[in-house]
This record gives sequence, C-alpha cells and structure tokens, in this order.
Amino acid sequence: MSSHLESLVDLSAVDLGRKLRSKEVSCQEVTTAFLDRINAHDAKIGSFLALNQEECMSATKEAQQLIDSGEGGALCGVPIAVKDNISTKGLETTCASKILKGYIPPFDATVIKAVRRSGMPILGKTNMDEFAMGASTETSAYKIAHNPWDLERSPGGSSGGSAASVAARLAPISLGSDTGGSIRQPASLCGTVGFKPTYGRCSRYGLVAFASSLDQIGPFGRSVEDVAELAQVVTGYDPMDCTSRELGPISTKDLKNGSLKGTKVGIIKETLGEGTDGSVKSVFESAVSLLSQAGAQIEEVSIPSLNYGVTTYYIIAPAEASSNLARFDGIRYGPRSEGSGHVHMVEKTRAEGFGKEVKTRIMIGTYALSAGYYDAFYVRAQTVRAKMTQELNQAFSGFDVLISPTSPIPSFKLGSLMDDPLALKVLDFCTIPANMAGIPGISLNCGFTSGLPVGMQILAPQCQDEKLLQMAYCFEQTLPTILAWPDLG
Amino acid sequence: MSISLDEVRHVAKLARLELNDNDVYALQGALNSLIGHFSDIQGIDMSSMTPATHAVDSTNVWDEDLVSVDFSREQALSNAALMKAGLFVVPTIIED
Repeated sequence: MSSHLESLVDLSAVDLGRKLRSKEVSCQEVTTAFLDRINAHDAKIGSFLALNQEECMSATKEAQQLIDSGEGGALCGVPIAVKDNISTKGLETTCASKILKGYIPPFDATVIKAVRRSGMPILGKTNMDEFAMGASTETSAYKIAHNPWDLERSPGGSSGGSAASVAARLAPISLGSDTGGSIRQPASLCGTVGFKPTYGRCSRYGLVAFASSLDQIGPFGRSVEDVAELAQVVTGYDPMDCTSRELGPISTKDLKNGSLKGTKVGIIKETLGEGTDGSVKSVFESAVSLLSQAGAQIEEVSIPSLNYGVTTYYIIAPAEASSNLARFDGIRYGPRSEGSGHVHMVEKTRAEGFGKEVKTRIMIGTYALSAGYYDAFYVRAQTVRAKMTQELNQAFSGFDVLISPTSPIPSFKLGSLMDDPLALKVLDFCTIPANMAGIPGISLNCGFTSGLPVGMQILAPQCQDEKLLQMAYCFEQTLPTILAWPDLG
Repeated sequence: MSISLDEVRHVAKLARLELNDNDVYALQGALNSLIGHFSDIQGIDMSSMTPATHAVDSTNVWDEDLVSVDFSREQALSNAALMKAGLFVVPTIIED
C-alpha cells in the first residue's frame, strides 16, 4: 500500500470524513487501510473478537453513493468498531461470553441502524469483559486485550477493545457501553476520548442488558470533535426504548463556541484521596493549572457520598444483572448443555456458559435481592444512590462542570489485579457516580506518567451533553496534545 | 456479615447455576470479600432520603397496542439449540 493510504489511519474521523467528501480518497481506500492494519497488528492487541470484512467492503459502496450524491454527513464513509454487546444483524454478538457463542442477532440495535444509515461501515466487534463485567478486559472468555501504549498492560474495561482499537489506529472511532465507567476508564487508560451521554439520550434497544438503570452506549475517538459527531449520529429519541428521553440528537452546532474564561469548575475532593496514585494526582494537578491559566475559575467541592459509590454499585448492578441474565437458559440462543430435565439443563447450561466473574455477580445480585436481605442491601443501596444524586445536583448549583481523574491509577500489568476482587472494582471509584445519577461524563487525556496516559473526567448536569462536549473541546485546546500515537511496528 | 456454604448452595439454586464443591468454596470466598463491604453503607444517616429506583424521573410510557413485525418466526428461531415445527424445543416439564 502506498504511504498516502497508510497515513489515512493517522487522521481523525472528522478529517477522514472531510477527505472523503472532497473526493481526495474513496470509501474503499479508507476502509481497506484500516482492515489491512487490523490484519497486520491486532494479533498483538486483541481488540477484535470478530471481523466483518466482506459486509464492511460492501457497505463502502453504499457510503460512496451517499457521498457522490452529496448526501453524506460528517462521518459518512468513516469505518467504525462496535463493542460485542451491541446487536448487529447478521454479525456474531457474543458479549465475550461462551454462553452466546455463535449467536447471530436477527436485528440491529437502534444505534447500529443509525450508524448504517449514516454510511459508516462496521469493521468488526470489539473485545470486552464478559457481559461488560470487569475493568480490564481480562474476563473475556475468548482472549485478553492489550494496551497499545504498553502491550504488557491492560487497556482497561469493560470496553477495552473499543478503546484499544482507537488508540492503536485500528479504527478511527468506536462504540462502547458504560455501566460504571466502562467507556471512560478504558478511554483514560488508552489516551482516547470516551463519552457517556445522559441516561436516556442514547437508545439501549439492542444493547445486551447488564444493569438497565445504569447502562448507556457511547462513543470513543481520538478527539472530542470525533466523539461529538458520533454522539450526534447515535443519540435521539427512540420509541423502542421506554427510558429514552424525548429529546433530539446531541447537537454539535456550538461545539467550538465555548470559552474557559469565567467557567466555574469544581474539583471533586474525594477523588484525590489516598486511593488515587500520586503520579495520577501530579499529572491531573498540572492539567488543572493549565485550565486555571486559561481563565477557568477552579475550586474544590466535596461530595461525601462518593465514598460509598463502589459499595452501592456492587449491590445495584449485580442485582439488576441477576435478573437480566436470567434469559440465558440455552433455549432461545447459545449452546445448550444436556441435563436431566428442564431445571437441570438450565443450571448446567449456565454453569458451563458463564465465566467466574459473571457467576460471582449473578450470585451477589441474587443474594442481595433474596428474602431477608432485600431491605438491608438493595433498598439501602438505592437510598444511597438517591443521596449521591442529590449531592451532585447541589454541587452543580455552584459549578458549570465537575472534574476528577478518570481512573485512580494508570494502566496496570495484565494479571496483576485479577486475584484481588476489590482492587479492580475500586478502579471505577471516580466514574460510578455519573451512572448512579444518570448524568453525562467524558474522559480526555490530560498528560502522561512513565509513558502511560492519564485521563481527566468532566461531568455535567443531566441533559447538558452539548455543554459538556463544548467544555471538553475547550479543555482539549488547553491541555497537552498527544502528538504520536503508539507505533505497533 | 458472612455467607455460609449452605447459603451459597441455596442462592445458586435460586440463580439456576450448577456448582460443584470447589465452586461453592471459591464463591463463598469471593462473596464474603464483597459482602464484608456492604456494611459500609449501613451506618450512614439516610433518614431524610427515599430510595431511588432510577437515575432519572421516569413516567409510565403508553404505546398503542399495534402489531409490528421486526423479524420473522424463522429469524426468531434461528439461534435456538433445538427447534421443531416452528417452535422452541424445551425438555419435558410435565410427564404424562
């Protein structure tokens, strides 16, 4: 391939879209450049579980027709990677679990319909923690994913494949899902931008449910503009999701019209406590200084209930999961194990199909909802959730946005946290509150420590997604830029 | 607060998970390490709060009772381990 085509993978999704619309390159050339790079390098990263080469190339023809007729939008012809828990008609969707091995969805998720309508060819399905339960992409039943910045380290999770594919320039842009930080935390560990919209702004129809009151689909990209454009494509009211907000798609009209001057920014005090690594604090504080120099008014704010977020999450999310995952019984989809009678068949199918982490969470959830423990655990956790939401709303009365490190630690060695059940779970300390309160959150890179990316999280009030993206764009103009993405050799 | 081996077996039955003895011991350890932290939220004052059920204020959504066909019967059955005469096959529940 000529260097002209090889360099296409260096471009942002929005720049690729511009080149496609100005006919400097064709849709086929762009998609081929990414598929070639995946075939050459993904064995090292493990970011894809399934490739969609044939259908993807045929989708480039439809995208080219849209562009040639002048109907192509900002991302028309730009290929995309999709997390493996989002239903793609005709393309295997496993949630990285053996219990869905071979499952070919008969329908598209609403976000996938939108992606296809916009002329975005789907490169393949990305690796993840099994059923999105994990923070390192190590609970995948198929393979471990690696961080492109250091192959011995984790890309984070659960959307580790979606984050790693974008950081490794195997895909210009991708979709993930976020239940307790599963978009923002891997974005932080891989140096990409990752955005979780307000609960209800992006349809969950076709997202395999983990914890329905917390789950939200969102985009990854290498710039705020890229994720904002993809957010515009995939958000909007959907009658197929009864929790969908009756609001239009997220608009990018005023993305570049914001200013840091006079913007009130609150640093969440609890996220800079003992649990946060000194190197992360140091990078974060340097970034805060730059924001302050650019005119942001920055003060600390305390949200005491954040200290109970991880515990609350590990009651509510498994409780919902234990109910949602009851549907995997070997009858309608997935492999079926032989058993003596109906109940034994179901018990055996689930025992053989689910991995260790998923079984643990189903057990925790079933226990928390069982007679005698329901009030003490589940109702109590929902009360703490209400408190956390109230405290966040109070904080927003004094600040435009709240910020924190996205992850308390940078990327960690693969296998180093797997034996400690709590060590991995506290990685979501800073990200869980946004899911609890249904507010939008974004992570963008704010610097490096020992060659590893450090992310800053920005949170905004419910439904202020446009304002959040506008602020993130301002932050991105002020914070250090990633000049060179990982070289995969 | 801790969970006994018998409780692990009981919860597994409720969750429809077949466990061998090794699984039961391993899950007891994993569950106890998490349940131990559940007491963290017991002592805090929540007297003024009512439990949240959702992240956002939700209202009931009414839809017209209309039939729509998103995919065919064949497509709905296409992932079944066993099917017969256009139906899912399940093990016998009620004997003759």
